[in-house]
Amino acid sequence: MRHTISILVDNESGVLSRIAGLFSARGFNIQSLNVAPTQESNTSRITLVTSGDDFIIQQIIKRFNNMVNVIKVRDLTEIKRVEREMALIKVNTTKETRAEVLRIADIFRAKVVDISPRTYTLELTGDLDKVTAFIELLTQYGVKEIARTGTVSMARENKKPKRGD
Amino acid sequence: MARMLGAQMFFETLLDQGVDVVFGLPGGYVLKVYDVMTDYNDRIKHVLARHEQAATHMADGYARASGKPGVVLCTSGPAATNTVTGIATAQMDSSPIVIFTGQVPTQYLGSDAFQEADHIGITMPCTKHNYLVRKTADLPRIMKEAFHIATTGRPSPVLVDMPKDVLIGEDELNIPKDVYLRGYKPNLKGNKAQIKRAVNLISKAKKPLIFGGGGIILADATSELYEFVQRLQIPVCLTLMGLGAYPANDPLYVNFLGMHGSYAANMSVHDSDLVIAIGARFDDRATGGNFEKFAPNAEIIHIDIDPSTIDKNIHVDCPIVGDAKIILQQLIDALPADIDTDRKEWLSQIKEWDEKYPLTYKQNSDKIQTTYVIDTLSKITKGDAIIVSDVGQHQMWLAQFYKFQKPRSWINSGGLGTMGFGFPAAMGAKFAKPDELVIAVCGDGSFQMNFQELATAVENNMDLKIIVLNNQHHGMVRQWQTMFFKSNYSSSKFQVLPDFVKLAESFGAKGLKASRPEELEATLKEGLNTSGVVLMEIIVDPEEMVYPMIQPGGAMNEMIIEPVDVA
Repeated sequence: MRHTISILVDNESGVLSRIAGLFSARGFNIQSLNVAPTQESNTSRITLVTSGDDFIIQQIIKRFNNMVNVIKVRDLTEIKRVEREMALIKVNTTKETRAEVLRIADIFRAKVVDISPRTYTLELTGDLDKVTAFIELLTQYGVKEIARTGTVSMARENKKPKRGD
Repeated sequence: MARMLGAQMFFETLLDQGVDVVFGLPGGYVLKVYDVMTDYNDRIKHVLARHEQAATHMADGYARASGKPGVVLCTSGPAATNTVTGIATAQMDSSPIVIFTGQVPTQYLGSDAFQEADHIGITMPCTKHNYLVRKTADLPRIMKEAFHIATTGRPSPVLVDMPKDVLIGEDELNIPKDVYLRGYKPNLKGNKAQIKRAVNLISKAKKPLIFGGGGIILADATSELYEFVQRLQIPVCLTLMGLGAYPANDPLYVNFLGMHGSYAANMSVHDSDLVIAIGARFDDRATGGNFEKFAPNAEIIHIDIDPSTIDKNIHVDCPIVGDAKIILQQLIDALPADIDTDRKEWLSQIKEWDEKYPLTYKQNSDKIQTTYVIDTLSKITKGDAIIVSDVGQHQMWLAQFYKFQKPRSWINSGGLGTMGFGFPAAMGAKFAKPDELVIAVCGDGSFQMNFQELATAVENNMDLKIIVLNNQHHGMVRQWQTMFFKSNYSSSKFQVLPDFVKLAESFGAKGLKASRPEELEATLKEGLNTSGVVLMEIIVDPEEMVYPMIQPGGAMNEMIIEPVDVA
């Protein structure tokens, strides 16, 4: 099963290899990984997507919790969450297809961020399904390059608004 | 605040941590530390090992015998990589050691400089945590954190990598009073609801059993365990690492469990309706490795400080995460006064199993049986010694036939199974407990892996006893070849062995030898009563095998009891 795991860690060297090491030790693959500082400069958030035996993933999460550099771990898989990914896609175009590609980009609310005589570079944000669908549609025109950020995710705030909010 | 060198801060912080002995070897990038060391020799003893692996086992043995952290000091590159076996050994058995390695100056890091290795990368999977110190001023804080992490929660090794410029640099000494690590706060107290659930399970159980592991000893919880067991009249089985956690001569003590555990112990785990595991991790050697068939009729309570051991191999019905000492006390306090402690039927069933297939041996040939050596040793010492074992058949026979009466009197490499561990670890134990009789029990195979430390032992005028059980083979390898490889003894027999008596004498130690059963007792008594470093070589029968045995991957009730059962 696919798991999205959010990990708050100390922002220092070596932390990422500690995290990754737990996966390689169990022979597990990381599907996507995103690391960036949070609002506190000494803290980073890692969003990690993996799939595999639930039981072993629970073990790995417990081992994350044991790590000195790990402040908080949350498996977001079973809870309400916002999930987004950004992709940059460089797609081949011809005179005939340029308008069509732009239309598709428009439908997906993608932005053109670079233009050359034979390519568009498009920026798209969305969840995994949307990004995948977009790339699949563009394949017919010839996709030259793709750069994806990997999933970032956050639990939804589920508190009801207080009176006066 | 006083200004000083990093190398001086190193010793000031060790003193602050109460460290009185360091096991190590000098070399390139730690020479400043060794230079400064002469100013601290009156307060911190340095034991000059002959190999960094052995130094690490010494620190490990020191930690296991005393409960205090063991300290290793060595240089970079090959010295650091030599420690890795010792670190992995300590990690598998949850032993608190702190390893200090020298490193190339920070500006050369990653440049393949002379004697450079990536100590942090190499030791990441076998330490609880490790540190690369980048500034002299940070050294005391990092050292303090390292000791804190190594000794709290589940004890484990921590490595501190110290580049040369950090050690020769100067700054103000600032040893922080407290350690604050926002991502590290081990949970000690058991969850109240879980304690209540556990008490409920205990009240209902007809065939409860304690499955006691090394965590009881690490948590210093043996007296709480004793009180708990006496109050509830629950029989006790111990894992290899748990031996000594409960006195072997107590009527409620069943036996050693696991692959070579007693028939009664393994059957009682299998038949139990409530397994109370304390500080044990259900590894394949303790459970037989068939996790699905483990205690099929039992509910399982699992008390452990490390949440990641819960549900790792065996599904647990009632986990209680925390310190075994605290949790056992919580359980004792929560027991209702009228709890049923009548276990007549259950205890007599266990007794029946024990009488059916007791742990036993026969000394009826002219070759000394290793079991006879262990039994004789147990009778001579009456459990009043620290037995440090190497790895192999003799280790299993010690677990079966030596009657351990107190915690920290049994030291062995249980998890990693590191041959060569026993002798240096015994030295470390002796430094921790100079007034106790410390006996290293080694095979000829394992003793050859670290015998160079005879020099260190003699140099330190140690009073240390070494028994080398010489069967001219890798005995356990030979046993598996007999049982599972049609007696194809591939590379398990030594064509050449040293004369162990002369070997001991060449280092200035005393050597004794027994080859015949009638010589054994006198040789052991003479050896144990002679002061100094004494090696007793005992020529034993290579054909003796360890029984009973759960086949690898088998269930606990599927034991090979005697040689005739071998297919």
